[in-house]
This record gives sequence, structure tokens and C-alpha cells, in this order.
Amino acid sequence: MKLFKSLQVAADDGGLGDVFSLVEEELEKVPGCSRSDALKFHMLVDEIFTNIANYAYEDDTGKVVVSISYDDADNKVRLVFKDEGRQYDPTKEKPPDLSLPVKERRAGGLGIFMVRNTVDEFVYERTDGCNILTLVKTIGEQNV
Amino acid sequence: MFNVRTRVSENAVSMDLEGVLDSKTAPELEEKITEIGDNVTEMHFDFADLEFLTSAGLRTILYARQLMDDKDGRMTLKNVNSDIMDIFKMTGFLDVLEIVD
Repeated sequence: MKLFKSLQVAADDGGLGDVFSLVEEELEKVPGCSRSDALKFHMLVDEIFTNIANYAYEDDTGKVVVSISYDDADNKVRLVFKDEGRQYDPTKEKPPDLSLPVKERRAGGLGIFMVRNTVDEFVYERTDGCNILTLVKTIGEQNV
Repeated sequence: MFNVRTRVSENAVSMDLEGVLDSKTAPELEEKITEIGDNVTEMHFDFADLEFLTSAGLRTILYARQLMDDKDGRMTLKNVNSDIMDIFKMTGFLDVLEIVD
């Protein structure tokens, strides 16, 4: 069984809502996808989409194409985010310093760190002026 | 879906969170935290009906914690589910949060 769906939205709050809905609806069709899996994907979308919405485009709101696919051959869900914003490779982001005392903690970098620790694959490509970020996660797996 | 129920008793505020705390819903919680009185030195969050949180939610929790720390106050969390506990462990937040029974 294979699933594939793609959606182009504006890189803003409304677009995020549409992508949340798309991912939730597709995951409902994936056999063995638990609520816990679905919540992790919700987190992945929130972190990556919010990054693009906040940093990819200068002034005008740009576009983001999000696609979700599933193949029961490997039981993995793939999320691909494509934008035409400035070049940015989140896979190169340094992990946050988790040893700092509360007062000095900064929340920056946490989202990408959470993504990296949740997925099986986290791959960046820059092609034809686009940032293409691919996240792959096995369904029904404990990560921590 | 997200909801906050707030109860105030003297210098302590209790907030029961419901739903998912993400970049869409965290601003609502942050606003409620901003509105608490200067006299408040204790914040108690009940996560019984909170399903999950993203980094935007973590930022808001960290904000509440720093607000209480600035007043030598106290912040606690209770009824944290295992998915959220995994996030706290992953991000090192477990070491800086007071989780009570």
C-alpha cells in the first residue's frame, strides 16, 4: 500500500493549519499509526514549517510545498518541505547547550534538535533555488 | 484544540492545560502567564489533559519558570504523560523542571 499527497500553501499561520490537517488526515490511513505517532508528526510539521515561515522569506509571504507519503514496504512516512526562500540547511544546526542553568537557557535551536532526535532520516538538498528538506520516520517505533 | 483553566489563590496560580501546546496555541498560554499578578510566586501546571507539546510549548514553560525564578518563586508540573516526558528527557528540560505527584 502506498500513499502520496502534496499541498502548496502560503508560508504563514493559515498554511500551517492546512498542513496540520493534511498530515493528520493522511496518517489516519496509515495502518498501525498510533496517536503517539501522529503527535510526533504534528511536532515535526510545527518545527519545520514554523522555521520556514519565520526565516525563509524576506518580506512577502512565500510558498511552501509539503508532501507526505507512506509505503508499507518499509513502514515509513516521508515528509518533504520545499521552499524558494534563502538557502538554509537546518541539518547543519548545532545542538543547543542542554547543560546550562535555567536562567541562561535559550530556547533557540530546540525545535531542530527535537526533529533530529525523532526522525530516522533528516536530509537537506538545495536544488534549482529551492530548499528541499526530507524527514523520514518509521511508524510504531519508540525513539527515546 | 487547546484550553487553559486558571485558578488563583493568593500568591499561587494553577493552570490546567488541555490539548496540544504548539506554535498556534502557545501564544494563548503565554498571554495568560503574562497577565498573572506581580504578587504571584507560585505556578502549578496540571498536564493531565495535555496531549503533547512542541518547542513553542517548551519555550512557554521555560518562560514561566524564569518568571518564577526571578521572584525566587516556585513552578511545578504534574500529571505529565509519557510522550511529553520523552520530550523533557530529550531536551534536558527534565533536569530543570520540578515534577510533582
